[in-house]
Amino acid sequence: MKTFLRVILILAVLGVVGLLAFIFVPVQRTAAVAQLPADYKAPAGSGEYAMRAGDCMACHTAEGGKPFAGGRPIHSPMGTIWATNITPDKETGIGNYTLDDFRAALYDGVRNDGAHLYPAMPYENYRKLTEEDIRALYQYFMTEVPAVSNKVEETALSFPFNQRWGIRAWNWLALGKPGFEPVSQDEQFNRGAYLVQGAGHCAACHSPRNLLMAQDGTDESSAAFLTGGEIDGYTAPDLRGPQSAPQKWSTEELAAYLTTARNAHSTATGEMMLVVRDSLQYMTPEDNLAIATYLKKIGSTGGSTAPATPSAAPEKAEVTDTEKMLTEAKADMPLGPRLYLDNCGGCHFVNGKGAAEIFPELDGNSLVTAKSSKGLLDVMLHGAELPSTKDRPMRVRMQGYNDRLNDEEAAALATFLRQAWHNDAPPVTAEDVKAVRR
Amino acid sequence: MARTAKKKDVVIVGLGWTGSILGMELANEGLEIVALERGHDQNTVPDFQYPNMIDELKYGVRLGMMQKPRNSTLTIRRNVDEAALPYRSLGSFLPGIGVGGAGTHWNGLNWRPQLSEYRLRSHVEERWGAGIIPEDMNLQDYPVSYEELEPFFDRFEHVAGISGKAGNLNGKKIEGGNPFEAPRSREYPMPPMPVTWDGAKFAEAAKAAGCHPFPSPGGIASQAYVNEYGMQMGPCNHCGFCERYGCYNYSKSSPQTAILDALKRKPNFEYRTHAEVLKIEMAPDGKTATGVTYFDEKAGEEVFQPADLVILAAYQLHNVHLMLLSGIGQPFDPATNEGVTGRSYAYQMNGGYTMFFKDEVFNPFIGTGANGMSIDDFGMDNIDFGREGFIGGAYWRAGQSNGQPIRSMALPAGTPTWGAGWKKGIGEWYGHSMSIGSHGSHMSYRGNYLDLDPTYKDRHGRPLMRMTFNWQPNDIRMTQFMKSKMEPIAKSMNPTSMQEGFKKDGAMYDVRPYQTTHNVGGTVMGDNPKTSAINRYLQAWDKHNIFVMGAGAFPQNTQYNPTGMVGGLAYWAAHAIRTQYLSNPRPLV
Repeated sequence: MKTFLRVILILAVLGVVGLLAFIFVPVQRTAAVAQLPADYKAPAGSGEYAMRAGDCMACHTAEGGKPFAGGRPIHSPMGTIWATNITPDKETGIGNYTLDDFRAALYDGVRNDGAHLYPAMPYENYRKLTEEDIRALYQYFMTEVPAVSNKVEETALSFPFNQRWGIRAWNWLALGKPGFEPVSQDEQFNRGAYLVQGAGHCAACHSPRNLLMAQDGTDESSAAFLTGGEIDGYTAPDLRGPQSAPQKWSTEELAAYLTTARNAHSTATGEMMLVVRDSLQYMTPEDNLAIATYLKKIGSTGGSTAPATPSAAPEKAEVTDTEKMLTEAKADMPLGPRLYLDNCGGCHFVNGKGAAEIFPELDGNSLVTAKSSKGLLDVMLHGAELPSTKDRPMRVRMQGYNDRLNDEEAAALATFLRQAWHNDAPPVTAEDVKAVRR
Repeated sequence: MARTAKKKDVVIVGLGWTGSILGMELANEGLEIVALERGHDQNTVPDFQYPNMIDELKYGVRLGMMQKPRNSTLTIRRNVDEAALPYRSLGSFLPGIGVGGAGTHWNGLNWRPQLSEYRLRSHVEERWGAGIIPEDMNLQDYPVSYEELEPFFDRFEHVAGISGKAGNLNGKKIEGGNPFEAPRSREYPMPPMPVTWDGAKFAEAAKAAGCHPFPSPGGIASQAYVNEYGMQMGPCNHCGFCERYGCYNYSKSSPQTAILDALKRKPNFEYRTHAEVLKIEMAPDGKTATGVTYFDEKAGEEVFQPADLVILAAYQLHNVHLMLLSGIGQPFDPATNEGVTGRSYAYQMNGGYTMFFKDEVFNPFIGTGANGMSIDDFGMDNIDFGREGFIGGAYWRAGQSNGQPIRSMALPAGTPTWGAGWKKGIGEWYGHSMSIGSHGSHMSYRGNYLDLDPTYKDRHGRPLMRMTFNWQPNDIRMTQFMKSKMEPIAKSMNPTSMQEGFKKDGAMYDVRPYQTTHNVGGTVMGDNPKTSAINRYLQAWDKHNIFVMGAGAFPQNTQYNPTGMVGGLAYWAAHAIRTQYLSNPRPLV
């Protein structure tokens, strides 16, 4: 009995020591994945380019705030996380970060005081950055970005999420190997893979989350990688299935979408519009083509160009029942299609095909048929605007119909859209509309 | 005391079609530019958005997109013996206001003049002798040839996004297009718009009469379009709300769809709205301008904007007014036929037939501003002026533009204009009528001119501009000729009844009914500084750093809608500024 108690005591002490060690022993930081000379100088412009690829500005700049001075609220299921000041200001920014500190933030999600960052910072993906890009980014942030003194609100999540040390365990489970290892002979594919998996952190939105809320796959070897996720209640569409955009569109069309937020089929809305505005439009044509090539190859059809879908159907497409109904426009037409003719048909037409680069297709549109109807309703009610990009400077704006449709009407119209032509998504209720209206 | 703004390389007065074009072309040269727009800013969404925009009462009748006479107008009289009175209620013509200018509320009809029109005086003298030119007609050649302008017409058409069918590609006649057009170097950027039944019906009759119908060219997108600046249009849905409206559908060619978002990206371009230019300021030696003074509506004060180059890109009437107020060019005097600024104001001589068909249904609510089929068989190139006794010509067009209930319900003559009889008439005839229009040239005359009004002043204390204008026998003979040719074709279509609307001998100008916003001349271009205000590059003869855009440059009006020519001349002038003027600012002629 005595022995037993002693064992228990020892175990308890070990447990406490272990826990204390878990909490207080500093995290081992990942070392550089390549040895570069200490005085390595990144090529001019490469730091800003890597910043654009990583879209750092989108999160770390507040609405109307100075670039990278932080203060933007990131809404997560755990609560609001405030993006930090990453300008080289010594008091409120990252001016005191050494290169190793900086790398640790990107690779391990650890601040220079040893505290864990919340994984809203996509270090699961930034972990794949090459040492060259880490150096380029570090030099960019330390020497090219003006220091801004801006004390950002401390993130204060409720218990247990305020116990940052818990992330240590999460990291053991969530983090893969540091650095990027090409898996193909095709350099374009590898370049695309690097951008998608690493800086581009596409998986942060487009991969589902596992039970631990970690990205379910950070490269194409995982079946769930980029098969669709959620961000702030909006659906981030699947990029790999047979009906996904990269599989239905040509590589060039997909690249055009990334560069200009528009192509022959669709236009970018919501978060993706912001990604194009702040990040992808600055990528070289070769890089966006590489991303498109990679996405196409890792999809279910493996980049085969065989027409898989209605949008790739031959010129003389069959007339759908929906098109027939809208064309006939009989007096007893239900509310949804009637509202479509009154509000949408002028641009998107009775065949739901719209017009290239300006009026997106609604037939087969992933926003229309998304699991969550929030994105569709948001566009219907509040409109949407394309960003001004170099190749397509026009801020094409769809007006909102907030004032024109009541909850029941918007629900009837959205339900119609989700089931019109070849679409087959569940209906929308007036309550869904009410929740989105602002 | 005026505040002085930071100096710019270029100041552009007015941000419509020509202001946008010059802004873009000169911004590409790296110049620091400011455009001053007296009106408000406006964008497709929210300013033109559906359904707010398709409000006929607000925009079609109460003219929501036009300038308010209380802010800006002119006085009008028909001859020097009348006292001119302010144009207090817009009628005959409708100048627009706001960013995009008239380019936002036009119908979209886009043409290039015929070959004879660029050298009309020479053409007449060579064929018939100067003897057929009426004594009071100030008939002049353009100082630039069609061959020189062709690349710039082409450029404008491809920027603006024009739908149409070429009839003459580099001299080769193309079936289905206009066989009488001047040779073009390329097809139109978009195929023609589909045609409504009235246009098709007219084309059938015209063809049977030996004419050569073709689809009307216009700035209405027949498909999705991207221009050289990456700017975009979407296909038109034929809602019929073009003229007097901004297009809610990104389908009508305008500075908003063709240029502005691309221009706004330029860090060296800036524009200020509610900034009405009052005067162009001159250097002490009077040879160059130093900038402009404008009224900053928001601050309620005058501002001097210094600049090395002044581009007048306001509406024709305002350009002439500013030149008169600023002492640019000698004001025209009808007594001596001397002076250049205000000289040769001209207009458009239009007419037409309306036909009623008991058994035809036209669905007039389907349409566009540039809809329909046209013929050029009675264009200037094809008319024997000596035999017919006039100088001029017209193109004809049939194509409904809208079925709007307040203004677009044609009724047979004699139908009551209100009450039960009117209702009965509407019930019987709405959707059963169509018309054929004759869109005719208008020559320039000694008696039709613009000067400063001796009596009336505007809200800034400046004299209003005075228009002296009346119809002249030559143009009435032209339009009566069109009537004689159109009548048998209209009859051949077997209408239940038909009625004509052509000006007759002795007709006096009436400013009340809408006629056309094709006000031209007043700052005409020429190769003689005694008979023109600006040279072949649209440069003021006597102040070399002022360039004057717009239809004011037309020595006399062409038989077509002016926008194609205005756009072509703007690109032509921009090219001259870029390639000849900037490196060595001087008089280019």
